[in-house]
Amino acid sequence: MAQHSRKGAQFQALTANRLADGIVVYLTSDNRWSESLQDADVAEGKEAGEALLARAQPTVDDNIVVEPYLFEIAREDGGIRAASVRETIRQAGPTVRLDLGKQAELPGVHR
Amino acid sequence: MYRYDEFDYQIVNERVAQFRGQVARRLSGELTEDEFKPLRLMNGVYLQLHAYMLRVAIPYGTLSSKQLRMLAHIGRKYDRGYGHFTTRQNLQYNWPALKDMPDLLHDLATVEMHAIQTSGNCIRNVTSDQYAGAAKDEIEDPRIVSEIIRQWSTFHPEFSFLPRKFKIAVSGTPDDRAAIRVHDIGIQIVRDGKGAIGYEIYVGGGLGRTPMIGKKIADFVPKEDLLAYLEAIMRVYNMYGRRDNIYKARIKILVHEIGAEEMKRQVDAEFAEIRKTGALHLPAEEVARIQAYFAPPAYETLPDESTELNKAVLADRDFANWVKSNVAAHKVPGYAIVNISLKPIGGTPGDCSSDQMDAVADIAEKYSFDELRVTHEQNLTLADVRKKDLPAVHAALKAAGLATANINLITDQIACPGLDYCALANARSIPLAQQISERFSDLDRQHDIGELKINTSGCINACGHHHVGHIGILGVDKKGVEYYQVTLGGAADEKTAIGDIVGPAFTEEQIVDAIETIVTTYLSLRQPGERFIDTYRRTGIDPFKESLYATH
Repeated sequence: MAQHSRKGAQFQALTANRLADGIVVYLTSDNRWSESLQDADVAEGKEAGEALLARAQPTVDDNIVVEPYLFEIAREDGGIRAASVRETIRQAGPTVRLDLGKQAELPGVHR
Repeated sequence: MYRYDEFDYQIVNERVAQFRGQVARRLSGELTEDEFKPLRLMNGVYLQLHAYMLRVAIPYGTLSSKQLRMLAHIGRKYDRGYGHFTTRQNLQYNWPALKDMPDLLHDLATVEMHAIQTSGNCIRNVTSDQYAGAAKDEIEDPRIVSEIIRQWSTFHPEFSFLPRKFKIAVSGTPDDRAAIRVHDIGIQIVRDGKGAIGYEIYVGGGLGRTPMIGKKIADFVPKEDLLAYLEAIMRVYNMYGRRDNIYKARIKILVHEIGAEEMKRQVDAEFAEIRKTGALHLPAEEVARIQAYFAPPAYETLPDESTELNKAVLADRDFANWVKSNVAAHKVPGYAIVNISLKPIGGTPGDCSSDQMDAVADIAEKYSFDELRVTHEQNLTLADVRKKDLPAVHAALKAAGLATANINLITDQIACPGLDYCALANARSIPLAQQISERFSDLDRQHDIGELKINTSGCINACGHHHVGHIGILGVDKKGVEYYQVTLGGAADEKTAIGDIVGPAFTEEQIVDAIETIVTTYLSLRQPGERFIDTYRRTGIDPFKESLYATH
């Protein structure tokens, strides 16, 4: 499996899949789950990353989401960009079938 | 084709009801994810990159029109209007919600379908030749034995928790279209010197991170002994297959480590033991009952030549090209086998919209005895079409966007879902296949290049069969960036071979040019009548290495 996060990554966000429908979500600063990466809370440094991961546990226990994990992001032009191809695709949909889903709703996301 | 009896109906309906309860308990929190995950996998439900994925079993790739219409309906109702046919002759939906899964499986069960044996460490859905029943040199219809194995293996208590998944493929002709030598067990139907039908058995083939070609351990297993002999193989594997390391758990590792001779000895010993204690013989009347489901359809007596066909070939160049690449010889005079390409130029290999599924179902109903096949190369096949109907079939396919004339040509590629959909993938496969398809879209050039199979996998698990592509492409991840490693000389037919790695991996920007370099190198080297694979076998890898890397 592709590595989700690089050791020593400076900025990380937390993602999971929603239990009921599997949709990709991101943990926000007020502990909600958003479908947009731009709403994600960003942790700087290892300890803040671990704290972010710990904040997901209650919603895992409440059967809201499954398989939470941290991944590396970069801050760019006031927004958040996933560092890897994998997480870029995960947040923006497949790079094919650009007529459907998130990849259609976020024009230009895959160029 | 096979139709459910009361037992089939009962087990499938009970399974749907059972899973409905399990999903409800998971959603309410009575079951944890750790408890639920093996249960959902046993029902074909995976969690992928973006959403859940459901893998529907299509036993030995055979479907009725009614079943295909249901797959179309499910695509519309529970998904995004399309499905993806896979190298396992199955269909995958990319976006169903877990909460909808019980209703979806209920709908599926109404047409005798399910998602059993599409995941987990059991004997998986049996695969076979898409030309079954129609191929000219067929010894026996492989669907008969495939169906018998399906019935024997479904929920088999002894073989439901194997060291790892287990795949069986069956071929009824000397030309292998089912890739039997890269399966855990490959069954080749043969005839002995006295004309009796039996089975040649290959064991320990497979792709993935350790590709292996199956070794022949039996020249002729008599018909009535087949299940007892398979049972002997499964018992040896169940006993000695490694459970301590997932990467070494497939039977191919066991066969590789102890050797084919020792494997044969152990299977023979187990087989002898089974015979002593009362072997499971295939009752002749049960075989006959199943055989009857695969009786030849009501073929008409027709002249082999069709004037309608000959006229249309002369009149319509598109049609002539399609006949040349997509139509194959049939055993019955006046009939033909039609291959429907799911590889439109620039499209996603294996994807089919719900509207296209409905169109194919209508065409199959009208022109091919209400039945069709899914191929492991991610295409569809209408096995029994009258030659005189070929122009009408072509026109109907064209109207549905399904008349791409490229079977076995360079744009007829296998590609796994890759990083666009799959949680395991390291790199994307589909966009690469699309770019290659567009680069080689010129049909005259495709025909000039001739038979050439490009297979792409997005990770080492090799769902895209890259090891056995004439040109294989493996996506790898280097620090979050996609790279592509190329192998040459693989083959999945009766001359199965694992491809050789040509050299260092290429970037996404370089890979399509690299493929073109390989193709032009072949064209410059080939002798009259040679296909890519023939030239490669004659010249070896060096000239290709030279042209790919010498100038870099």
